[in-house]
Amino acid sequence: MSGPSLMDSLFQRSLEDLIKGLRQQLIGEQAFISKALEEIRKEIKSTDLSIKSTALLKLSYLSSLHFHDMSFATFHALEVLSSPRFSHKKIAYHAISLSFHDSTPVLLLITNHLRKDLTSTNEFEVSLSLRCLSKIANVDLARDLTPEIFTLMSSNKLYVRKKAVAVVLRVFEKYPDSVRVCFKRLVENLDNSDPQILSAVIGVFCELACKDPRSYLPLAPEFYKILVDSKNNWVLIKVLKIFAKLAPLEPRLAKRVVEPICDHMRRTGAKSLLFECVRTVVTSLSEYDSAVRLAVGKVPEFLVDEDPNLKYLGLQVLSIVAQKHLWAVSQNKEAVIKSLSDADPNIKIESLRLVMAMVSECNVTEISRVLVNHALKSDPEFCNEILGSILSTCSRNVYEIIVDFDWYVSLLGEMSRIPHCHKGEEIENQLIDIGIRVKDVRLELVRVSRDLLIDPALLGNFFLHRVLCAASWASGEYVKFSRNPLELMEALLQPRTRLLPPSIRAIYIQSAFKVLVFCLHTYLMQRGSTFSSTSPDNLPSVVSASVSDESFDNLSVENGVDATVTHGQICTPAFITNESIVNLLNMVELALGPLVGSHDVEVQERARNVLGFVDLTKLKFLNYSVQEENDSEGKGVEASNIIELMHDAFSKELGPISLSAQGNVSLPDGLIVKENLGDLEMICCDIELPSSNSFSFGSPCEEKDGVSFSNLQIKEDSEQSNESTSLLAEHRKRHGLYYLPLGKSEISNDYPPANDPILQGNINGNAVDLVKITEESLVPKRKPSHAKPRPVVVKLDEVDEKPVALKKFESKDDSLSGAVRDILFGSEDMVPTSSQSNLSDKSSSKRKGKEKQHTAPHVESKENLVDDGNPSSRRRKYRSHGKERRHRSPRKKTAEEREGQKEKEKSSHRHGRHKSGQRAEEPLNVSAQAPVIPDFLL
Amino acid sequence: MIHFVLLISRQGKVRLTKWYSPYSQKERTKVIRELSGVILTRGPKLCNFVEWRGFKVVYKRYASLYFCMCIDQDDNELEILEIIHHYVEILDRYFGSVCELDLIFNFHKAYYILDELLIAGELQESSKKTVARLIAAQDSLVETAKEQASSISNIIAQATK
Repeated sequence: MSGPSLMDSLFQRSLEDLIKGLRQQLIGEQAFISKALEEIRKEIKSTDLSIKSTALLKLSYLSSLHFHDMSFATFHALEVLSSPRFSHKKIAYHAISLSFHDSTPVLLLITNHLRKDLTSTNEFEVSLSLRCLSKIANVDLARDLTPEIFTLMSSNKLYVRKKAVAVVLRVFEKYPDSVRVCFKRLVENLDNSDPQILSAVIGVFCELACKDPRSYLPLAPEFYKILVDSKNNWVLIKVLKIFAKLAPLEPRLAKRVVEPICDHMRRTGAKSLLFECVRTVVTSLSEYDSAVRLAVGKVPEFLVDEDPNLKYLGLQVLSIVAQKHLWAVSQNKEAVIKSLSDADPNIKIESLRLVMAMVSECNVTEISRVLVNHALKSDPEFCNEILGSILSTCSRNVYEIIVDFDWYVSLLGEMSRIPHCHKGEEIENQLIDIGIRVKDVRLELVRVSRDLLIDPALLGNFFLHRVLCAASWASGEYVKFSRNPLELMEALLQPRTRLLPPSIRAIYIQSAFKVLVFCLHTYLMQRGSTFSSTSPDNLPSVVSASVSDESFDNLSVENGVDATVTHGQICTPAFITNESIVNLLNMVELALGPLVGSHDVEVQERARNVLGFVDLTKLKFLNYSVQEENDSEGKGVEASNIIELMHDAFSKELGPISLSAQGNVSLPDGLIVKENLGDLEMICCDIELPSSNSFSFGSPCEEKDGVSFSNLQIKEDSEQSNESTSLLAEHRKRHGLYYLPLGKSEISNDYPPANDPILQGNINGNAVDLVKITEESLVPKRKPSHAKPRPVVVKLDEVDEKPVALKKFESKDDSLSGAVRDILFGSEDMVPTSSQSNLSDKSSSKRKGKEKQHTAPHVESKENLVDDGNPSSRRRKYRSHGKERRHRSPRKKTAEEREGQKEKEKSSHRHGRHKSGQRAEEPLNVSAQAPVIPDFLL
Repeated sequence: MIHFVLLISRQGKVRLTKWYSPYSQKERTKVIRELSGVILTRGPKLCNFVEWRGFKVVYKRYASLYFCMCIDQDDNELEILEIIHHYVEILDRYFGSVCELDLIFNFHKAYYILDELLIAGELQESSKKTVARLIAAQDSLVETAKEQASSISNIIAQATK
């Protein structure tokens, strides 16, 4: 038995051997490790503790640096822990804190080991077990060891005491009831003169206050004292953090701490403390103008520093200030802009955020110009960062800051041409969104789209496909603004479009369809008008003329100022000759012919649609030159009717529709929804809802149905109204996305359902109005200095203007803060919302620590009689338990009394004043929601 | 508070890990892989802070080793840099101009020193001298125990037991 043990211990591989061996393995490290693990598994079962502990040490090495599982050794770790030797204990504790977690099965067995070591006379053993407890504490451990921790928190060995204080945080977290036992002692430690203990206590309070600041308001006087007296930067930083949390809750407290914090700011040479002061001021004391000015005055020190760390932090502070005091950013504008070209990506992003914070409607043009130029020069990642932030800033609140939309649309076009641009999807969405919302910009939109479409190079860039998709849609939808539809057609049908993915290609084809119809229609109109001047009886020409009149009327009504421009635009492509039409039709056949055999259903169907249309109409134009106007009956009339219908279908204004609009539509009399839409349900059951940032073309089968249906109708040339509505419906189905939520300014009668909710003036409309009113009252009136009035931007109801839900502060009423509140406010005031008119209640529990300094003693005695608070009774109970505590308490008491006497003499009149002051404040306090610390506590 | 401390060599080898918040073994490897990817690729003259998963990681390079500490959003970065420097100075004093090899072969000692410096993710001792004294005291405790164990008489006693 003893033989192998001795041999083992002599020949066991030590940790150093293991590490050396591992370092020599250039390859096959894994094999070496698994061999070592094999050995360890054997060794750890040894009865010899030193062999066992060495094995454990090796195992913890492998576990912590090579991440090997060591859960098999948990029990062995406990065995090593029971060794009387310090070196073994150390290894065991290290292994345990490394490998134990809440669900480790042997956790139950460790309690007694820990307890034994916690009460050891060797302070290093105590500290080992405290450290371990801080790591592995669970509910049971925390509960069972609370008394030991409590004792250690007043140990006269500072080394142990500070550790006990630090561990208490974990104990509180796991077992909130321990607060009732230990909190008082924790607070007492705040008065400790030793900087290490103070730092530990403040650290604990800092963590606690982060979770639930409100509960710690009553301790503000203690913290204040530390803030003023302490010279230790570590401690001051933590105290500042606590005040940063407390100050927003209690205005009077904020008022008190502003001055000391400013003092620190002026005095300190340590950057870390200075930074903490500045940050505290800008986050929590931003109402105090002088303090903010002082803090912002310190920011340049950070910004101009060579140290990138300070620069980064300076920018961070600025971005906090920017939310409330934008002037601070503009003051440091140059430094911020300069940091845009810093070497460090983190700094660049911070400064970009700041630049974007400065953007307003007056300077958006210049800033965007600067940024886009910058994006051209910078690396791809940051370039996209810039583009993304321009896009998101400009589109905020339905393009709130954009006045000149023509400029913005051309900026979008320009942005998509930046080589590294990966923001195609976002640009796409905005182009379409603006096209639908802002009528006045459509002319420019079509121009920009044309420039994009016509450039064959762009088709090769994968990231631009989405932008091109939007461009093609816009030029199809708003083709009437186009200067040269024929050119557009060429662009849409150019051979390089085969580089596009099928889904986008389908949109190209659909747009080409629209442009084609527009060209044919324009041509017919020209012919019709020349024709009608000679023979006014001709039917189709009258129809077309009336239609055109109507459309002009509509336009002029809708566009107001812009009507003349529009009119001019429509007249521009006036000279479409028959020859060019024939060429056009040939080109369409040429380009789309091969696509009839496309594998993509979507592309195939649309190509077939267009070709079918061309088949139907081509004859008329071919014959036209031969037969002149004589053959205006028969086939010719038929074809022009078809063109007429198609044009009608496409030229309908498509108003945006609110996502929730349908729910608001009330049923007209006599309409039985189920009857009409029953089939639709069957068809649509598997269509996903159009999402805002992706196209959904619906399922192929559904599309097929729709298309073939309309095809059939074209062929049969049946009732006009049916056909146009079905086409419209098809279009609507396909471009669900583009039918943007609801048009409230659109008074056209296109879609009764969309307008119904407005007409009925229900809640939605009211909400819009309300939002508008509040907007107007909040935003100062726009300056009339703009050369051009801001065009109307169609806004929708709640889809666009999500009410920004104010995040209300909710004190987490978890058990920990509950327990703390219990202690600090006394059992009667547990509910913080109860009015705090009675000042004695409030301070009752904290009496011990504070009253000897602040409150007159007679109040105390009275209080103890009246309010038999939990804590005080508990305290007494504990006092009778602990030995050393009993020794201490009498001394303490006398000191307290002495001080009390002094205090009484000094402050008897002061107290009276407080009382009256308190009374005067009462009505205020009643309305106050939170527990208020009376002034005198400070 | 500090959530974890990592020491990573320039080659991406892990030299020390200390976790103050609960992370499973799997998460630990993931965290290290992620962070060493971010930190080791950063150039020398850049700032020492990285935002990561809603936390901030403060790192500093000493010779071939990166010392990284992960902290909460509103913790003070400069303070953490000071703690790191503090730790390095103590290591330096303990090992006598410390190098990576010292930490490789005495990984447990590096842990013990860190444990004297930090507890439960908070700084507990800001005096270098005190830490050095405490470590020395514990070392001597270990040494005496070891001497006892390895003395000839002890071995003989054990062998003849």
